[in-house]
Parts: sequence; structure tokens; C-alpha cells
Amino acid sequence: MIATIAAIWETAKFAFALPSYQLPHLHEIAGDFLREGAGGQRWYWIMTQNAAYTALESLIGFALGGATGLVLAVAFAQSRWLERGLLPYVVASQTVPVLAIAPMIVVWLGTSWFSKAVIAAYLTFFPVTVNMSRGLRAVDPDALALMRALSASSQQIFFKLRFPTSLPYLFTALRISATASVIGAIVGELPVGSRYGMGVVIINAAQYYNWRPANLWAAIVVSAAIGIAFYHTVAAVERRVVSWSHTAPAI
Amino acid sequence: MASPIIELDRVAKTFENRARATEALAAVSLSVEGGEFVSIIGPSGCGKSSLLRVVGDLVEPSAGTVRVNGKSARQARLDRDYGIVFQTPVLYEWRTVLENVELPLEVAGRPRAERLQRPRELLRLVGLDDFAGHYPWQLSGGMQQRVSIARALALNPSILLMDEPFGALDEMTRERLNQELLQVCAETAATALFVTHSIAEAVFLSSRIVVMSARPGRIDRIVTVDLPRPRGDKTRALPRFFELVTEVRQSLR
Repeated sequence: MIATIAAIWETAKFAFALPSYQLPHLHEIAGDFLREGAGGQRWYWIMTQNAAYTALESLIGFALGGATGLVLAVAFAQSRWLERGLLPYVVASQTVPVLAIAPMIVVWLGTSWFSKAVIAAYLTFFPVTVNMSRGLRAVDPDALALMRALSASSQQIFFKLRFPTSLPYLFTALRISATASVIGAIVGELPVGSRYGMGVVIINAAQYYNWRPANLWAAIVVSAAIGIAFYHTVAAVERRVVSWSHTAPAI
Repeated sequence: MASPIIELDRVAKTFENRARATEALAAVSLSVEGGEFVSIIGPSGCGKSSLLRVVGDLVEPSAGTVRVNGKSARQARLDRDYGIVFQTPVLYEWRTVLENVELPLEVAGRPRAERLQRPRELLRLVGLDDFAGHYPWQLSGGMQQRVSIARALALNPSILLMDEPFGALDEMTRERLNQELLQVCAETAATALFVTHSIAEAVFLSSRIVVMSARPGRIDRIVTVDLPRPRGDKTRALPRFFELVTEVRQSLR
């Protein structure tokens, strides 16, 4: 698969005679990691440090957003009234471009890691809320009747039936949220004032793009790698936790 | 004769939605003695399932009274007097077979020793002790339904409510499970209320068959099944078996 992409890449560059500022050679991108940066460090090390920073922000944002999404979903599943009142605002929050909101959050919360985590959480919680609240309601009526026949308490019904039923829905959402949280953290690093993270690397690389196009491409590769790693981590946890399920519901 | 375990007095149920009201049950009266196996048979939409659910306090009757073990249906449900089996097995797919059978004991807060021992016994009773650690999807439909019967028996209920439990199974599996169900009922001395579409099944299992008609659902006839017990493959070959099948079939016209 990777070989195929590489082949198409290089063929396109050759066939359309694309200059490097439009599409650099793959070896140029790879070579960029070995180049010495301004501070005397090699770029692979600069990238690693910034990627770790972004990954950490994403992870905290993911946890924060996941927890918020879960709480909202449980609240919505408990009360139609609450859902009807709040859901429009939750939806509205997602129609505002995150690029517009990010600078405001950075202004409010400062340029530390925390504001980035909050922006990551902002993108994370929505899929969790929507899918999880659907999952909590996706209970088979007879499974519920069984609980009623056993005169189970509402807590028992929640923990023994509703919550396990919703787990496949939760994980579908978490897989989407995993990649979204990385995007959120990177967008959060773009505003002026940030000093670390892939967002900063991307902004700088974009400024010097005409000189060193491979640098931006290398930053893109690293950012994508963080998202992919997150996704697969969640998918691995999902396989362990929801091993009984062989049909993952779509979002 | 002992006092009735289930007593329905002019029970009616009307389902209402904005468009119209559907009369599922109209003034149904029935009394069932302890240890009886009573089947309810009738055309689709005759309120068989509603009747079962009214007895189990899963549906409120619109009128009339239901007494179970000398108390209200609601109290009987709270006392966990019912074991229930649905048309589909309704197993919790994240639980193993053993854990599914343990569920009622867990919900009822039974002591640990009982929770460890009882499910094993029940799986042995339905012949699935080798599958304790399997997950439901690894089992055939017939095996899943046996698990759900074991689960229904977990709390030693005095009443078994069964809503077409074998309706989705093939004929051979169904006959085998009919046989097993009779043994289970004989061993547990539970009173059974059994909804079915199959005349032969009703005749084979029951001490009495309640024949219902539709719109509104009411009891047309009650056929007493005087076939000797224990029943087995030979029962199905008796002339009396065919007479009763014919009798029920004619009542359904």
C-alpha cells in the first residue's frame, strides 16, 4: 500500500513535471528529518519533541472531551426534556469553525497546554455525546422487559444493561474523536504565542515554505502519524473491551 | 383442588395512540391451578402476548384484576415470582452463557455461594454445562433458547411465562425442546403459561389449552388435554393426540 502511494506520488511528480515547491520528492521529505535545525538539533529530534507535546495535549483533551461527552450522553438518555433543551446548543457549538474559536480560548485560558487540551476536548465530546446517547437508548425492549420482570433497580438496569449495550456505540465515537482531538490540539497551537507543538512547527514551516517545502511535508507526515497512532490505540482497546461484539454500529 | 395461582377477572387491555384505540383484550377471565401447564393459542393479533404480559405486570390492564399467588401482579413481580422466556433468547451478548444464567441471581442480590452454584446446576438441567464459558453468538438458536430457559428458572419462580419461545426454531429442535421443557417443569413444579402458534406443540405440552379469537381478543374455548404423563415421542403417535389437535384446529376456525 505504501509502495503504491509512493509510486503514484513520484509518477505524478514526473508526469506533470511538478517542481519541489508543489510536490517534493519523497526522499527530500525523508531527508528533512536529518537536517540540522536552527538550534543545532536534528529535525527528527525537534519533530519528536513537538509531536510528544501535541500528543500529550491531545490525550488530555481526549480524556476531558470523552468524559464530558459521556456525562452529557447519560444526562440526555435520562431526560428527553434535557436533551430537547440542550442538544440544539451542542449542535450549534460544532457548526462554529474551530479555527474561529481557538484564538478566543487561547486568549481566555492562556497559551499553556491547557488551552490546547480544551480545544481538543471541544472537538472530542460531540461524537461521544451523539453516539453514546443513541447507544444508551438502543436497548432491546425485551431485554428491558426481562429486567423489569426481575424487578431490577434503575441503577442495575443502567449498569447491567444500558451501559454495556452502548459500549460499541461509544467506541465508534471514540475512534472518530481520537483523530479529532489531535486536529483540535494542533489548531490550538496555531495562534500567536504558542511555543511548542506540531501546530507551531506547521506555522513556521509554512512561512519558509518557498525555501524548504520538504519541512512542511515532514510536519504533515508527523501530525498524521499522531492521529493514526491515536486511532489504532483506541481500536485496540475496543477489541479488548467489546470482544463480544461482532457488529460495530456506524455513527 | 388447590386455590388458583393465577386468577384473571374480566381483564381488558386497550392500546391507544393518536390515530385510534385497539382493543387487545376484552373481558378475559381465567384461572390457573398450581402446577398446570396452560397454553394460549390463537390467530396473530388476538392478544395472546398482551395476556401474558398483563399477568407478568409488564403491561397494565385497562380494566379488570389480576391476582397471582394471592397478591397483585405487581407485588408478584416485585417478589420475583416470575420466570420469563421471550420469542428471541434476549441473552446479554457481553455475558458468557454462565453469566447470563447468573443475571437474575445478581439482580436479586443472592449470596455468592448460590450465585456460583445455581447457574451450573441449571446449565446441567438444560444440557449445556459444557458451554458455560461460551458467548451467546457462539451458540445455535436452540441452544440460546435453552440458556434463556435456564435463566428463567434461576430464582426458582413459581410461574413460568413463555411468549412463543420456540417459534423461531426448526421443527426438530422445537420437538426436542418441548420434551426438555416438560421435564424441566416436572422437576421444578412451576406453573407455566405458554403462548404459541403451534397446535401440536400446545397439545403435547399442556394440561389445558386456551383458544383465543381476535379483535377484540377474548377466550373462545378451553380444551382440556387428557393425554397421559409422562409424555414423549409415543404421545405424538396416540390417536387421542390427533383427536385433540383436530379439536383445537376446529376451535380456531
